[in-house]
Amino acid sequence: MSALQNMVGWIDDRFPMTKVWNEHLAQYYAPKNFNFWYFMGSLAMMVLVIQILTGLWLAMMYKPDANLAFASVEYIMRDVNWGWLIRYMHSTGASMFFLVIYLHMFRGLMYGSYRKPRELLWLIGMIIYVAMMATAFMGYLLPWGQMSLWGAAVIVNLFQAIPVVGEDLAVWIRGDYVISDVTLNRFFALHFLLPFVLAALVFVHIVALHKVGSNNPDGIEIKKGPKGNRWSDTAPADGIPFHPYYSVKDIAGVIVFLMFFAGIVFFAPEGGGYFLEAPNFEPANPLKTPEHIAPVWYFTPYYAILRAVPSFAGTQVWGVLAMGAAIVVLFLLPWLDRSPVKSIRYKGGLYKGFLAMFVIVFVVLGWLGTQPVTDLYTLLAQIATTLYFAFFFLMPWYSKADKTKPVPERVTK
Amino acid sequence: MKKLLIAIVMLASSPAFASGGNIHLDHADVDITDQASLQRGAKYFVNYCLNCHSMKYERWQRMLEFDIPEDLLKQNLMPSNAKPGDLMTTAMNPDDAANWFGAPPPDLTLEARLRGDDWIYTYLRSFYIDESRPFGVNNIIFDKVGMPHVLWELQGMQKAIFEEHKDDSGHESHVFKGFEMVKPGKMSTEEYDQMALDLTNFFSYMGDPSKLKRHSLGIKVLLFLLVFFIFAYLLKKEYWKDVH
Repeated sequence: MSALQNMVGWIDDRFPMTKVWNEHLAQYYAPKNFNFWYFMGSLAMMVLVIQILTGLWLAMMYKPDANLAFASVEYIMRDVNWGWLIRYMHSTGASMFFLVIYLHMFRGLMYGSYRKPRELLWLIGMIIYVAMMATAFMGYLLPWGQMSLWGAAVIVNLFQAIPVVGEDLAVWIRGDYVISDVTLNRFFALHFLLPFVLAALVFVHIVALHKVGSNNPDGIEIKKGPKGNRWSDTAPADGIPFHPYYSVKDIAGVIVFLMFFAGIVFFAPEGGGYFLEAPNFEPANPLKTPEHIAPVWYFTPYYAILRAVPSFAGTQVWGVLAMGAAIVVLFLLPWLDRSPVKSIRYKGGLYKGFLAMFVIVFVVLGWLGTQPVTDLYTLLAQIATTLYFAFFFLMPWYSKADKTKPVPERVTK
Repeated sequence: MKKLLIAIVMLASSPAFASGGNIHLDHADVDITDQASLQRGAKYFVNYCLNCHSMKYERWQRMLEFDIPEDLLKQNLMPSNAKPGDLMTTAMNPDDAANWFGAPPPDLTLEARLRGDDWIYTYLRSFYIDESRPFGVNNIIFDKVGMPHVLWELQGMQKAIFEEHKDDSGHESHVFKGFEMVKPGKMSTEEYDQMALDLTNFFSYMGDPSKLKRHSLGIKVLLFLLVFFIFAYLLKKEYWKDVH
């Protein structure tokens, strides 16, 4: 035996290194028919790593102090070697993380990846999504620009609408009666902590995925199909080892993504005012309310829902509840879909129509959330909000009534 | 299926937050590679703006990137007691400034990123006589601005022509039609426009000083990724021969 084999054996006697490698990579059999949408999981993990690494380096130079924060960001942009690159990677990474995750979730919607036995996998994913939103929200306060301050003020004020405990809750979050230095300091601490919670949740997500196995564009359970392929007699016939097949494929996908990512970082880091909002180039000023407060694009669909619901009975809590419900309803998806098939490939026109409507409504809400309130936009947002919830609450009916096609025995190419 | 992707790309490529309402902004033909223009812009900024406005997130030595020799920078642009590594602060006390102008003059380091190049270019050329204002001037794209027309000796003094409009409900409104020069300055209109453009160019550069370096590095990074992709794609193809 070679020295290397000896060493691996020594470790394997004490830690299941080879076992873990095989179970999760070399002998983890994934369906062979993954398409474009299946790049998003590995891309999301890579973006998380980019965010943690660039964030760590930013934290070495950043000062979480209301008097120093804004200047310290400009110090990073101007005086720190490659600081501009690290900062633009981090700010672009935030938007890319959400873009990739939205596509990842949409993949789940299309191919029924949340259906039995993957309900818990979907729930863990939703917890990751909520944790991501919290991380992004707190991170956006840190540059301490006008939109940082007022965006955070608007969101934390939402909690005030909650009856009885609202006021105390908002003060507890801020640590003050307004967004202040205290808030900035604690948001920095939490923004540093949460990515590691995210990483742990991603680990749990993958453990759950590898327990049930990956879904695929046909929505067929390869584990229930015939056994035996060229690598193993007991593995699913339609499965291929994740490593090396999907590892080399994902590398190619990662490079294409990085070209897109680099295109933004190097040539359009402001993302047309959507990734870095122009008003945030002015230091936070508690005495000067911006004309128009808009959250970053990845929150705007929910923001539009919040604004669409009018206040009545003397409270604005209804909008807050609707916004919360818009996220909570996603958790319920595995139990709302009653279709006999998983994948959109075998679903009928009714489901496809509702899904297309949902995509349009989500984008329209996202756009409306960036715009100032007008009567027309409020009406549009109300219609879009109704349709948003219709997609979920009518799903038990239309997914069952839908005319489905027969599902093949084996995956198709 | 790809609608979401397309929609997001479309969203990301349109300018999001235009400021200044419905007033038309003149296009500033900014070129941050034009060193002569940047040098002139730096000179104008130091002579006319820096007395009141700071550029406190940036250092004097940044101007060396405009091909200004260090000794000229020290002699002609910097205060005698400053070092090239010092931040470009102003000596004005913010409390005094608030008394004099109603609000302290804002720092201008990020003005081009906050308001845009076109806004600065238009603003510098849009002061007009308005006797109701403390300094006798107002600005078409920044109504009731607290700043005097610092460059009036160069541009001259112009008045704004408004047209009265009455809509169906009898609501009166002023619509801006254009400027009329009342008292010409030392510069012709073309010369003054060029000066405004030089200043805009300078602000544009200082707002995001890594831009030129970013663009040249970006091309190299993309070329590297392209080459890397070819090999990664061939590797993938080679492995996937096994998969039927």
